[in-house]
Amino acid sequence: MFHIYCPHCEEYREEEEFHPKGEAHLARPEDPDNCTDEEWGDYLFFRKNPRGVHHELWVHAAGCRKFFNVTRDTQSYRIYETYKIGEQPSKAITA
Amino acid sequence: MTQINRLQAGGRIDRSKPLTFRFDGKSYQGYQGDTLASALLANGVDVVGRSFKYSRPRGIMAAGADEPNAVLQLGATEATQIPNVRATQQAVYDGLEAQPTNGWPSVNLDAMGFVGRWFGRFMPPGFYYKTFMYPQSLWMFYEKHIRRAAGLGRSPRAPDADQYDHINQHADVLVVGGGPAGLGAALAAARAGARVMLADEQEEPGGSLLDSAAQIDGEAASVWVTRVVNELADRENVLLLPRSTVNGYHDHNFLTIHERRADHLGDRAPEGMTRQRLHRVRARWVVLATGAHERPLVYGNNDVPGCFVAAALSTYLRRYAVAPGRSLVVSTANDYGYRAAFDWQDAGHEVVALVDSRANPQGAWQEEARERGLRLITGAAVSDVRGSKRVKAAAIVPLNEDGTQATGSLQWLTCDTVATSGGWSPAVHLSCHTGARPQWRDDIIGFVPGESREQMLTAGAVAGSYSLADCLKEGVSAGLKAATEAGFSGADVPVPTVSELAETPPMALFAVPHPKPNSRAPKQFVDYQNDVTAAGIELATREGFESIEHVKRYTAMGFGTDQGKLGNINGMAIAARSLGQTIPETGTTVFRPNYTPVTFGAIAGRHCRELFEPKRYTAMQPWHEQHGAEFENVGQWKRPWYYPKPGESMQEALNRECLATRESVGILDASTLGKIDIQGKDAREFIGRVYSNAWAKLAPGKCRYGLMCGEDGMVFDDGVTSCLGANHFLMTTTTGGAAHVLEWLELYHQTEWPELEVYFNSVTDHWATMGVAGPNSRKLLAELIEDIDLDGEAFRFMDWRQGTICGVPCRVFRISFTGELQYEINVPAHYGLYIWERLFEHGEKYNLTPYGTETMHILRAEKGFIIAGQDTDGSVHPYDLGMGWAVGENKPFSFIGRRGMKREDCVRPNRKQFVGLKTKDPNIVLPEGAHAVADPSQPKPMAMLGHVTSSYYSAFLGRSIALGFIKGGHERMGDTVYYPLEDGRVVEAEICSTIFLDPKGERQNV
Amino acid sequence: MQKYSGFGLFKHALNHHENWQRVWRNPKPKPHYDVIIVGGGGHGLATAYYLAKVHGITNVAVLEKGYLGGGNTGRNTTIVRSNYLWDESAHLYEHALKLWEGLSQELNYNVMFSQRGVLNLGHTLQDMRDIQRRVSANRLNGIDSEVLDTQQVQDLVPIMDCSPNARYPVLGSSWQPRAGVARHDAVAWGYARAADALGVDMLQQCEVTDLLIEDGTVTGVETRQHGTIKAGKVGCVVAGNSGVLAQMAGFRLPIESHPLQALVSEPIKPVLDTVVMSNQVHGYISQSDKGDLVIGAGIDGYNGYGQRGSYPTIEHTVQAIVEMFPIFSRVRMNRQWGGIVDTCPDACPIISATPVENLFFNCGWGTGGFKATPGSGHVFAEMLARGEASELAKPFSMFRFHDGALIDEHGAAGVAH
Repeated sequence: MFHIYCPHCEEYREEEEFHPKGEAHLARPEDPDNCTDEEWGDYLFFRKNPRGVHHELWVHAAGCRKFFNVTRDTQSYRIYETYKIGEQPSKAITA
Repeated sequence: MTQINRLQAGGRIDRSKPLTFRFDGKSYQGYQGDTLASALLANGVDVVGRSFKYSRPRGIMAAGADEPNAVLQLGATEATQIPNVRATQQAVYDGLEAQPTNGWPSVNLDAMGFVGRWFGRFMPPGFYYKTFMYPQSLWMFYEKHIRRAAGLGRSPRAPDADQYDHINQHADVLVVGGGPAGLGAALAAARAGARVMLADEQEEPGGSLLDSAAQIDGEAASVWVTRVVNELADRENVLLLPRSTVNGYHDHNFLTIHERRADHLGDRAPEGMTRQRLHRVRARWVVLATGAHERPLVYGNNDVPGCFVAAALSTYLRRYAVAPGRSLVVSTANDYGYRAAFDWQDAGHEVVALVDSRANPQGAWQEEARERGLRLITGAAVSDVRGSKRVKAAAIVPLNEDGTQATGSLQWLTCDTVATSGGWSPAVHLSCHTGARPQWRDDIIGFVPGESREQMLTAGAVAGSYSLADCLKEGVSAGLKAATEAGFSGADVPVPTVSELAETPPMALFAVPHPKPNSRAPKQFVDYQNDVTAAGIELATREGFESIEHVKRYTAMGFGTDQGKLGNINGMAIAARSLGQTIPETGTTVFRPNYTPVTFGAIAGRHCRELFEPKRYTAMQPWHEQHGAEFENVGQWKRPWYYPKPGESMQEALNRECLATRESVGILDASTLGKIDIQGKDAREFIGRVYSNAWAKLAPGKCRYGLMCGEDGMVFDDGVTSCLGANHFLMTTTTGGAAHVLEWLELYHQTEWPELEVYFNSVTDHWATMGVAGPNSRKLLAELIEDIDLDGEAFRFMDWRQGTICGVPCRVFRISFTGELQYEINVPAHYGLYIWERLFEHGEKYNLTPYGTETMHILRAEKGFIIAGQDTDGSVHPYDLGMGWAVGENKPFSFIGRRGMKREDCVRPNRKQFVGLKTKDPNIVLPEGAHAVADPSQPKPMAMLGHVTSSYYSAFLGRSIALGFIKGGHERMGDTVYYPLEDGRVVEAEICSTIFLDPKGERQNV
Repeated sequence: MQKYSGFGLFKHALNHHENWQRVWRNPKPKPHYDVIIVGGGGHGLATAYYLAKVHGITNVAVLEKGYLGGGNTGRNTTIVRSNYLWDESAHLYEHALKLWEGLSQELNYNVMFSQRGVLNLGHTLQDMRDIQRRVSANRLNGIDSEVLDTQQVQDLVPIMDCSPNARYPVLGSSWQPRAGVARHDAVAWGYARAADALGVDMLQQCEVTDLLIEDGTVTGVETRQHGTIKAGKVGCVVAGNSGVLAQMAGFRLPIESHPLQALVSEPIKPVLDTVVMSNQVHGYISQSDKGDLVIGAGIDGYNGYGQRGSYPTIEHTVQAIVEMFPIFSRVRMNRQWGGIVDTCPDACPIISATPVENLFFNCGWGTGGFKATPGSGHVFAEMLARGEASELAKPFSMFRFHDGALIDEHGAAGVAH
């Protein structure tokens, strides 16, 4: 069970308070109606899914209800950092 | 029966407290402080079980978690049965009832033993893959008989009356294991001021010190243990947990501890006490001081009762004052085995021979052996044993220098007990749970924990340090380091001094060669519980199962309830040798949680039965119960389903509820619908982006129905949203979808459109909601609401008003899910029951009738209204539903779902479309889920057109009605389709409009 | 191939089992194969077998970075059934089930396919609607499937709490009698042995580090242990690593890899004769021939390649089991483990050509791969042999995620495992 630092509550909390919500930094296309089916399908369904360092979106569902980003290694499950929406990962972390 | 093997003095048992227990139908006596194993041995019980495959008699051979054979059925009553209790880990209590898990009619006279003896040779590893194949139809028959032989103990047949609980713990330092290293670590960390937890699996902390002959700081080891344990117990910053096994080491230093609070007290937990507790621990640092398990040697017939691992003998002799035999042969590859011989001799029994496989060991232990006058035989090992239910003789064989060849013939020595030591295997299990691969060390002939990514230290035998002095030193140092890392320092903890005999390097010996090849030698067991033999492992590698994982899976090695604690390393060594590899090249298998088995009840804790999942009730629940409602589970909610009157069938109740509503007035408790309060200057813009339809012009005081789609264009929720003020809205959602919708709104707001100023709050539980529907609803409400003009012109359909009902502030929404004149009254939840009851007081003259979810479904289906989740399944978009009117194609912002529903497959013709269905026979109600075909006589697989999503008998219309999907259905009005049913009937139905009643909406618009 | 039989066993016993042949060779890699299959799990091995057996293509290698059957094949809860909702998946899984029914004989290896029946319980009215819908579709698709009421469920599983007092009472169930469980390792070993006998090379400890692509066409693979191996066609069947291989080929897949956990109890005497699955309370349970209760846990929501999941997932599963079977409260959990499941957005697999010529992928089986093993191998072999999808495989193209023609088993029936 992960120990996750909520950047909004500024505390470590148990994974049970959080929900993972998939890949982070997925921007909705500016002009969906001008996307091709392929572009829209890519946005809807195609993910990086890396083995290693991954930036992902979590929500503090049973806490402050805020979404935030987590940089985590999908192999070792080590969490490198958590940061707020709109922020970029503070450093390039390569496992 | 007297305790024939009990020594006259010594041990940590309390002879003043005799305890009576039963095993296999016979009554025995033990003492307080005994384990079931030590008590059985004290009573001279040799055979405690039968082996799984060959039904060979088996006895106790170890003293702890590594015991493979003494796995018993416990329990005095049906509800208190526990399968597979390891006798070495179960304290005896008065009245304990134990049974062997195999053997018929008894473990001593087992009929299957005959089968095992004569047919065992036809059961090499994997034999079942090679036979029972023909004919195909007979496998189920074979399997029935194979299954019968399977399993160890049996499940109880009655529910458990005991309770279990969980505690979440936070520790600065969690020390695992209460032996010398663990006690040292706990003491050091505690004195440094850290919050310490010490968990030890045994009845009392102390580990190997409890049977040690060593002196610590000049006094007996047990005295030191008592002193340290007392100090730890007195310290407020220490939680000392005996009978508590750390079973799992999970990510980010999360560990689970299984505490057996009452297993030593009796069949059931005492009143008011949970039987077991699961501690869920988040530790800043962990010190693993889990010790090591002694490896027995592998030799012929090494499973005959009377064969022990050497250290276990010392434990039984010194800790429990039990000598389980009279004449002993010790076979060892190291100095550790000597202790068993000395302890045996000290107990006054005969040591027939002390056999050391090393060619010429010269050291302190050998010297003492000679001084003691023991017959020391070097360069040899035990290779075979005679006896069936008890050892009668052991054969030793001379070995070449590296122990790979028998260089002479067997020499038989008469004895009743054999003890062997092949060295120690560190208990690396917990470190493996963290993903650390164990590392082989040639010097200690064992795997030690590999590097871990967790904040973890190791100390003592688990780290390959076997001398007591090293264990104490490493323990103290690990405890200090962990405390320092956790932010504590300054403790003064001197390392205790010990005097012990120096050791001579051990020899790597795992399987003792037999003069015959292993394939023809007597069975040499490696994994006792699964009857895995050395020959079996060799056969596996010969057949090409060369990965150690393949060997393990093919032979079942390590899959028992002991998880290979005794046998795995021996098995790997045998496989390695057979493959011509080293042990590290062969690798080890990965240990996974649990370290020892954990009761399901303890893992579940209090989260079962009544507390399995919360039940949610509305404010009007007491009324519903008093009025005989049947309930339906919707999400976590309990919703009234229908309200049968005495003697009424469900259909009769529904007919009555429907007719009363259509003809006069009915009432539904709609409190469970999700309600989200939305405020902010951009609230309107936001709502326009998440609903498919237009919201720009909805004025305060007005309500509108909305469809919510995913980015794929598929409908996932719907509901009415009302404009409460310029920047204030109330959104309703489906009952089951409320939490998801709220999170969905937050997701888009926080991640996509943070520039919009909008706030969401769930107010579902704040309001009690009652839908009052029917032609008389206005009249009824007019009696109760004074400050709202209910006139049809003043308060129109899809308006809402703030007002007062019976003195209670309320919001009234004129919306309709029935097609009738309908008002939804919302009052603060704590007034809900009060207002509900007032409505019934006044409603009696109108025959106000409560209706449940089923009638709600019928009434809405008559009007063709969808239920998201019943009529939709994540694969239909608004156009499929015929709800294109709810898609705001001209909205400037590309709302969620617009692009998705324009993808190639979403705009193709002949998609499944939502239609009404009328059976040709109006009395037949189509089953929900039934699939339509064009030609019911076509062969299977049939081409299906779509399925029925909703289907009811409508009392008001006097016929059945149904809703469902049909390929291209919107263009097929009037066509006939066929529904072949499970019972063989084929129901004919005509495709029609989804609106069965009042298509112009005249009933609701009055 | 040395034929296995009861008589053979008897004969070998007289020789102390010293003369059993190897189940498969340990060959040196050839420089070129007609087809390379990356991934030596059940699906890859089945593909190799059918390539050789049905299509006569025997110059084939299976490249496995670890040991055969060491991934999800050896880690799942072994449930086999075909009662899927949508036609596309129902046809594919039923094709697999039919192959299962003769598999032990076909391979001369007892995979212990035990047709003890599978129950998918319903606990809410919506569950029951979904069950009726699925059963109706199954029956018209020619798949054995029935709706049972509470009493019928109780008769089949007397030890389950079917009382109305349960938090989510059992309202009924779907029942597929031909469904059941099989011995997972045996499936991999049986296919490997049979494929080896037909000339297929099984290369274990052979990790693919790159795909060789020239002008948009795959020409071979680069391996850690044996360097370059050329191939006419390459089929990737690497559950848990599909995304990583796709990355080597320069495209992405609509796949996310998640931990999926399972656990077993200590072995107990036979007490549960069918497979019981419940989505509502999240418990999946059967009893192995050895006596262990084999229990499937839910999927963890985060991406994870660690073959580990989170403890609360195990906790919830055990709570569900104790809720359904209160008598198991005192039974003990022996062991847990995890696998990596590659999940597609619509909970259906990808059996597909790719943007790279002669490179094919078979992946995304999510939690349902084991049951499909023979069918998956059969249709993928046909794809590799003919270079195009068969009727059964066509709907499972990776391009459906662009045009929107999903086969949403997830949304429709929420069936897992």
